Amino acid sequence: MAAVRTSTERALNRLAIVCVLIVTLIFLAPIYWIASTAFKPRELATSVPPTVLFEPEITPFVKLFVRRSQLREPVAPEVYDEAPWWEKLVYDDGERLVRSGRTGEVQLSGYPDRFLNSLIVATISTILAVGMGTFTAYGFSRFKVKGESDLLFFILSTRMLPPIVVAIPMFLMYRAVGLNDTHAGLIILYTAFNLSFSVWLMKGFIDEIPREYEEAALVDGYTRMQAFFKIVLPEAATGIAATAVFCFITAWNEYAFALILTNREAQTAPPFIPSQVGSGLPDWTVIAAGTFLFLLPVAIFTFLLRNHLLRGMSFGAIRK
Amino acid sequence: MTTAVMATLDPKSRAAARGMSDLAIRNLFIIPTIAFLIIFNVFPLIYSLGYSFTDFRASMNAPARFVGLANYRELLNDPFIWSNFVITAKYVIISVVGQVLVGFGVAMLLNRTIPFKGLITTLLLLPMMLSMAVVGLFWKLLYSPNFGIINHALGLGTFEWLSDPDMALYAVAIVDIWMWSPFVMLLSLAGLSAVPKHLYEAAAIDRAGPLYTFFRITLPLVAPILMIAIIFRTMEAFKTFDLAFVLSSQPTTEVISIRLYKMAFQQWQTGMSCALAYIMLIMVLAITNIYVKYLNKVKER
Repeated sequence: MAAVRTSTERALNRLAIVCVLIVTLIFLAPIYWIASTAFKPRELATSVPPTVLFEPEITPFVKLFVRRSQLREPVAPEVYDEAPWWEKLVYDDGERLVRSGRTGEVQLSGYPDRFLNSLIVATISTILAVGMGTFTAYGFSRFKVKGESDLLFFILSTRMLPPIVVAIPMFLMYRAVGLNDTHAGLIILYTAFNLSFSVWLMKGFIDEIPREYEEAALVDGYTRMQAFFKIVLPEAATGIAATAVFCFITAWNEYAFALILTNREAQTAPPFIPSQVGSGLPDWTVIAAGTFLFLLPVAIFTFLLRNHLLRGMSFGAIRK
Repeated sequence: MTTAVMATLDPKSRAAARGMSDLAIRNLFIIPTIAFLIIFNVFPLIYSLGYSFTDFRASMNAPARFVGLANYRELLNDPFIWSNFVITAKYVIISVVGQVLVGFGVAMLLNRTIPFKGLITTLLLLPMMLSMAVVGLFWKLLYSPNFGIINHALGLGTFEWLSDPDMALYAVAIVDIWMWSPFVMLLSLAGLSAVPKHLYEAAAIDRAGPLYTFFRITLPLVAPILMIAIIFRTMEAFKTFDLAFVLSSQPTTEVISIRLYKMAFQQWQTGMSCALAYIMLIMVLAITNIYVKYLNKVKER
């Protein structure tokens, strides 16, 4: 951060700013393209040349949530007039809703279920991983543990295992005990996967809390447990929150385990969304809408996490 | 009796004696985690080690037959497996070199007084937080020869990114570079901001040129953190599965993880795939070992 002194330096600095802006635009372009395609009329998603400016529509989001089929013949005007606004949007795209035979109820697409599965699996595995991780991190941080560095290496190394390598025996074991395609099966795996990360990150946070706080409490007659719950946990709250968000994002984004170990009931969104791009011409507006909703929580979390990203990405080894 | 013992202890351990002992708490806090990881990570690996010496096929009812080292021997003599490793190595080199050049370059640019630096940094970090499989899939549309924005923006006509066998691996690596350059940038920025300013001032007094300053001051001081980024990304690129799997079905992008997936879950050569998994595992653990050594080195500073 050299102070700007001469005119050459000032010009250089200006050049750097321009370069940074260009790089930022390039990096954000694919994300902008996902977001904008999610609001495009179907024919504009694959127009030549690509459409940048258009009137946004909500149709892709309606289509994302319902089962549809192609209209064989134009819909009768009286049926169209009586349809609610969102059904009209589907008709306008040359498609109709698929309804249950007897009740005539609108059938939902596979997306909401997959989204819900992602939410369940990511939330529960995050709570488990951060909970266990915080206890273990405290244990490593405050007590003498024989072979501490070896144990910590072992814990970290479980995180580095290639998912496919673990997935093969897990698939066989889950098949034997009936855990394939269940929420519990995925939750266990994601907890194991995030646990090592949570221990390493939380250890960094707890190491920073002065021991004197607890020692003072112990002198005051607290038990070690009370000191942990009443002194250490509140002090570590920010660290716990940051670790939880990291674990949630990892579980939310995970693909390989979900692809191999689930297929219907417990399938999460990451393997589901690519499976929608089958043969033929996919409807990219609907895929973009599904992708957009799926990415939104992570984008929000990234902004909340921004001050902790460095730490999380380096397993707590590097601090700001 | 307890009270008598407690009276002789110092206050700290007396507090401990009222509740659980420190030793009991330590064990209660640590052992469940270790046990959990052993049950769900180590035990499956032992299980698959056993299967790697058999001709087991999970799709059939036939019991596994012990074949000794035959699977390993066959794999190491299979030219197709070697070509998968070569593809993986190529992918690792292209994407890690790309990430270091882009990531470190952007970090150098950002390491100045720039308006909205915090916001720009956060925005740049967005890609690496997103799901590789889901976002990677969308690059299919961006890469589309006819209506893709990339060909249009670069004026490439109907350039085939993914359906050209020679280009596909680069196309996948470009997405990886897009996603993970921010990671290298983040770590580089941390390294750059830790370089003491007086070194630059001293260099300026000595009228050192910008190149000299860069190679003799900046680079050596950033190197340890940059090394962490490089080893970590090498390890991740070596394991890569999601991106290449959703983006491309070309044989030229069949990295080792995809080969392993197909062997295990499409051809159902379970025994054989366990053996390949072990070969891969040993390689990954070797890189992990180097990585942890570097992590501890940086931590000590």
